[in-house]
Amino acid sequence: MNDVQEEQKNLYFVELQTNAIMKLYALMIVFGLVASSSFAQEDIQKQMQRQFVTATDNSVIELPEGTFQLNSSLWLDGKKNIVIKGKGKDKTILNFNNQISGAEGIKITNSTTITLQDLTVQDTKGDAIKTQHVNGMIFKQVKAEWTRGAHSKNGGYGIYPVQCTNVIIDGCEARGASDAGIYVGQSRHIVVKNCKATENVAGIEIENSLYADVFDNEVTNNTGGILIFDLPDLIVKKGGYVRVFKNNVHHNNHINFAPKGNIVGKVPQGTGIMILATNHVDVFENKIINNKTVGTAIVSYYITENPIKDSAYYPFPTAVAVYNNQYERQQTKATMKGRMGKLYRLKLRFGKNVPHIVYDGIVDKKSPAQICIRDNSNQSFANIDAENKFKNISRDASKHQCQLPLIAPDEIKLNN
Amino acid sequence: MIIAGFAALLSFNQKKQDPYFQFHENLSDYKFFAGKMADLQPAAGIVPYDLNSALFSNYAEKARFIKLPKGKKIVYNDSSTFEMPPGTVLIKNFYYYNDFREPEAGRRIIETRLLAHMQDGWHTYQYIWNKEQTEAVFEPIGDVTTVEYINAEGRKVKANYVIPNQPQCKGCHNRNDTILPIGIAARHLNGNYTYAGKTQNQLQYWQQHKMIDLPPTNIPANAIWDNEQSGTVEQRARAYLDINCGHCHNKSGPANTSGLFLDIHETNKTALGVLKTPIAAGKGSGVLKYDIVPGVPNKSILIYRMNTTDPGFAMPEIGREQIHKEGIVLISKWIKEMK
Repeated sequence: MNDVQEEQKNLYFVELQTNAIMKLYALMIVFGLVASSSFAQEDIQKQMQRQFVTATDNSVIELPEGTFQLNSSLWLDGKKNIVIKGKGKDKTILNFNNQISGAEGIKITNSTTITLQDLTVQDTKGDAIKTQHVNGMIFKQVKAEWTRGAHSKNGGYGIYPVQCTNVIIDGCEARGASDAGIYVGQSRHIVVKNCKATENVAGIEIENSLYADVFDNEVTNNTGGILIFDLPDLIVKKGGYVRVFKNNVHHNNHINFAPKGNIVGKVPQGTGIMILATNHVDVFENKIINNKTVGTAIVSYYITENPIKDSAYYPFPTAVAVYNNQYERQQTKATMKGRMGKLYRLKLRFGKNVPHIVYDGIVDKKSPAQICIRDNSNQSFANIDAENKFKNISRDASKHQCQLPLIAPDEIKLNN
Repeated sequence: MIIAGFAALLSFNQKKQDPYFQFHENLSDYKFFAGKMADLQPAAGIVPYDLNSALFSNYAEKARFIKLPKGKKIVYNDSSTFEMPPGTVLIKNFYYYNDFREPEAGRRIIETRLLAHMQDGWHTYQYIWNKEQTEAVFEPIGDVTTVEYINAEGRKVKANYVIPNQPQCKGCHNRNDTILPIGIAARHLNGNYTYAGKTQNQLQYWQQHKMIDLPPTNIPANAIWDNEQSGTVEQRARAYLDINCGHCHNKSGPANTSGLFLDIHETNKTALGVLKTPIAAGKGSGVLKYDIVPGVPNKSILIYRMNTTDPGFAMPEIGREQIHKEGIVLISKWIKEMK
């Protein structure tokens, strides 16, 4: 064997040993917990916190089976390649009912390639799971819930990645959030799939985020099912390139229980999918069923009646395509509640013949919007001409018979 | 190899070797204090300091010290945290007088937090004091304790006190995801301190002791939030918001998700909260529409978030197991006078 080969062989051994040590770490962490499963709750909590704070890069934090009462947040910061793993979505339950410290249940910040899986976070005072500045954030089989169901005093968000890159939310559940169950904000490269969102004000919300694929989710019994929003006054100004497809968005007729002052507080009860001021959005092959006020709404920020002071903000939706969706609704009236209810009752007067797809008709005079609506089963439409005090409401969708270039599927890149 | 692995596991990755700072498990091993440790009398080369307006932390008193490496200086600038040489250590002790009307009747030191400037940047270490007040031991996960004392109005107080864990330190001490001190800036330090009976401007004192070179130009100073002589209501309110909120609520801080910027440099009224709608506040909006409604403090979310201890929406997020009543009075007055 020559020297180079010898060196390579040595290197190989070092690598093997490093791997062995990593596995050993993981094993020891597991051991630590198993050995202590009979400890008092407080000790378990401290142990979990110690694992989060002191975890070395490339390790696994295993959480045991059982329901654990925690009084402060678990916070992972500045780590690389960590898996946080429970024994199963309904087997490892972290309950924060007695929380006195921290604004969320689990918080993960400034990290690379973090997987959170197989656990439930319950009854946090603020958001359930917040992750910020993480590149490669994977949620797998995670549940975030408020056990009393919908309630205005519940925390805002269930699963809440913000300012993250390469986010996968797969097979997760969110229930009871007073804002959005699954909320991705100011992030890029996002996949939300196989999730269930129920009894939230917004089921799934993608806000000021770029390149998101939202598919194969069941979204039901929220106030609004899936919201794609671009809002002013944020650091990340512009979202878009969002694909919403093959979702089952049905019976999102929950009364709006968001505290006033929140943008989702303006979402009318009975909304399926709403696109607010976002550009480049494809909505296709969804089942959008029995959302009593509107199946799909395409609106500008002006519809919120909030003032806009952000000069860099573009408040109009454009390059939005809605096609090949399946719409159904019972012959019932739209909501009577809130400002939107008043609008339906007094201005729009659709009675029971409520259109599935509504466009607010508020347009940028300099650059007319491209809104393409075609080939939906049971399609019905209204441009409500909100710009001119609803004077010329039109139910004719022929102006929107067009086709836009398809948005490319999103690519997620994970660094290990 | 395997043994090395064990050793690495036993000593956490934050306790690494460093040419500038030697980590110790026990606070006493640093020898920051001369004599009885609980007296907090600085050893030679350790300089006490104070801030014009300081962060509120559950009504705790704080004793702050700075240790510079021998022969090294701080680099002055007008607007942000000074550049400090590697090896600098900031030492902050949190304590309660048994009776705030009678400080000489004794106190309990709860914790000591260190910010140490190492080869790869700043690191945080927190130490919890024992009951006997003879030692404080490193605890990266913090703790929850109860404090009992008689406050300045003579009322008995018993309250939770959360000693932050290591990531929580970074919750405040964070600029673009790097740990950074907050108080060591011109506007916070440009005020008087009483050194062994002699009152003197802190920065001048630092210059005399060759810790810093000051420019010949005017040095900015924040108002003292609770001293009416130190500035207008507006100046004192902005100083209060700067130190209590501005470390997170600035364009490079963790709260930049909110679009609400409360540091002293902010000039955009919307960013300051005036008629600004919340972004992701959830129930934190308290059924109110705007962060600040000029003239109407009780319709301003800012006041609402200051006036609660619910960890879901109390602001700031740390050190707020109690409400800062006097702070609310000042900020309310500012909003009330706002047009």
